[in-house]
Amino acid sequence: MMRFGIASVGLCAPGIPDWPSGQPLLQGKIQYDPTSPMPVLKPGLLPANERRRTTPHIKLALQVAQEAVDAWQGELEDLSTVFSSSDADLEIVDKILTSLNLPGSPVSPTHFHNSVHNAPAGYWSIATGSHAPSTSLSAYEASFSAGLLEAACQVSLGKHPVLLVAYDMPPPATLSPFCPVDAPFGLALLLAPVGDPAAIVEVGLELLHKDDIRDTMDDAGLEGLRKSAPAARGLPLLAMLASGGTGPLEIPALPGQVLKLELSPC
Amino acid sequence: MNRRLQISAHTLVSALGRGGAAHYQALKNSQGGLRVCDLDGVELDTWIGRVDGLEDVSIESTLAEFDCRNNRLGQLCLEQDGFIEQVELARSRYGDHRIGVFMGTSTSGVQQTEMAYAARDVDSGALPADFNYRGTHNMFSITDFTRQYLGLNGPAMVVSTACSSSAKVFANAWRYMRAGLCDAAIVGGVDTLCRMTLYGFNALQLVSQQPCRPADQHRDGINIGEAAGYALLEWEQDEPVISLLGYGESSDAYHMSSPHPEGMGAAMAMRQALEMSDLKASEIDYINLHGTATPANDLSEDRALMNVFEGRVPCSSTKGFTGHTLGAAGILEAVFSCIAIEQGLMPASLNTHVVDEAIHSPILLESREQDIRRVMSNSFGFGGSNASLILGYPS
Repeated sequence: MMRFGIASVGLCAPGIPDWPSGQPLLQGKIQYDPTSPMPVLKPGLLPANERRRTTPHIKLALQVAQEAVDAWQGELEDLSTVFSSSDADLEIVDKILTSLNLPGSPVSPTHFHNSVHNAPAGYWSIATGSHAPSTSLSAYEASFSAGLLEAACQVSLGKHPVLLVAYDMPPPATLSPFCPVDAPFGLALLLAPVGDPAAIVEVGLELLHKDDIRDTMDDAGLEGLRKSAPAARGLPLLAMLASGGTGPLEIPALPGQVLKLELSPC
Repeated sequence: MNRRLQISAHTLVSALGRGGAAHYQALKNSQGGLRVCDLDGVELDTWIGRVDGLEDVSIESTLAEFDCRNNRLGQLCLEQDGFIEQVELARSRYGDHRIGVFMGTSTSGVQQTEMAYAARDVDSGALPADFNYRGTHNMFSITDFTRQYLGLNGPAMVVSTACSSSAKVFANAWRYMRAGLCDAAIVGGVDTLCRMTLYGFNALQLVSQQPCRPADQHRDGINIGEAAGYALLEWEQDEPVISLLGYGESSDAYHMSSPHPEGMGAAMAMRQALEMSDLKASEIDYINLHGTATPANDLSEDRALMNVFEGRVPCSSTKGFTGHTLGAAGILEAVFSCIAIEQGLMPASLNTHVVDEAIHSPILLESREQDIRRVMSNSFGFGGSNASLILGYPS
């Protein structure tokens, strides 16, 4: 079993601009309204000239990443990062593929460099001046669990904090019938080694091979949100963090696999 | 000391051919695989590294949903060098749940979506109903396909960090195995030619109209290639075999599509790999460069090399043989590094005639045959993502 702490959270989804506003929803104090609009994305860490070049997909990742490190006392330039999303920016891919069918196939150079899966990681590194290792992953609908496993490996082996950023943005209309993302969702977790004073809770993590899983949310709106984006499969973990609870919980991984987490006080 | 991962089997397919023997012959005889661009629907004056016969590959019938150029190349590669048999042995040794699959790609099977966009309904704009995004274009597709083709059920993911993707998967495999999540790993990468990358790199003015010339005084850009490679990793056994001695990963924090001019991030990745390997720079025998043949990339990498190796280690880029195979470059060149050690061959920097006088590292203009114990392989990508691997025998 891997062990690590969680130090802080970033969150953004329709009607949930940040972690503080998500907590009463996840505690069951307020019912979630799935028709709420998506908050304006404005990650302040990026200089304005860089922000203009980015897309909602990139901004979503950076916004939750920034929220998770806002109150952290460590050095961002030394912080390793794991970015996980079910795919690269499909809005950009749509623009490029549409351009390819125009006379002369005029692809925008900015679109092209933003089309790489690690574009958010690249902008994050530029914005924070970080030379630390960073990886960008996908495991389709299991992308959240893949990101969490990778980040957990890094924090438990490397004994230094790791920032996990999981995010998905719905594709444009042309691709939406084929893709597993219906709502924008971003979440970031700052993981810290066991014993790190910044940790608010300690986590034991195991990969189990089994099919049955208990991972649904009580609130119907939140359960809909959980299913609407691979990154939102992390909501049960956020619900336990929001309520200050401890004990076991399960997160779906690849078919036939389940991540079992056990939260305990630090 | 860190436990080491041995490379129990490896295989590759590129413009140089299918399997290890074809690649060794081509590298030894300095016979490149580049050709004038003849890809359907591409009207660009450039050269490419194209794999022959992909159009005729039939995807395993039970996996038809995965049928696309990228997965075809993956399947073709798995079928070379007795790789599947080695995986079957490992599966019987560890169990299918205990073997991880970690693949790198930059654009997955986007060519399938390109074709779907070209066949959109004239009135509604809808894509053809038989378009299968999950099986082909989605970033996870090549790992999903590889797991199902090999019957593996361990942890798995795709790493997509542009041109460093399939070098970085070695690091993921090491961490997952070290954390006890699996006992063996398949690592690899596949990227295939498509209009998006050809026109995209062309828009960035990074594509050469000639066969690419890494480190040459007249180099003027890349040729895009396609390739696949796989390696089977297990914990080192008693007999000495080629192992992953170390890796380094870093970020440039500089620019989305240009390298740091002094190669700062690249040098950090190389130093980390040396540190993890517990090796001195002088203990590296040969360096397989990232060496894309753009003016800026080769200069930046040379600055980093001079900083770390002070011009003491012979090096060459193999992009002149294969083109830049993007997300597959890491694994392709890791396997080249294994071949270099196994055969005692340092490949020449093909198409390089006169080395740029601003480049000071010893670039191999001719191939060299000698005993090689350890190789560094560099891979750097968009977004400033850097990875260096050290493969070989411990000191």
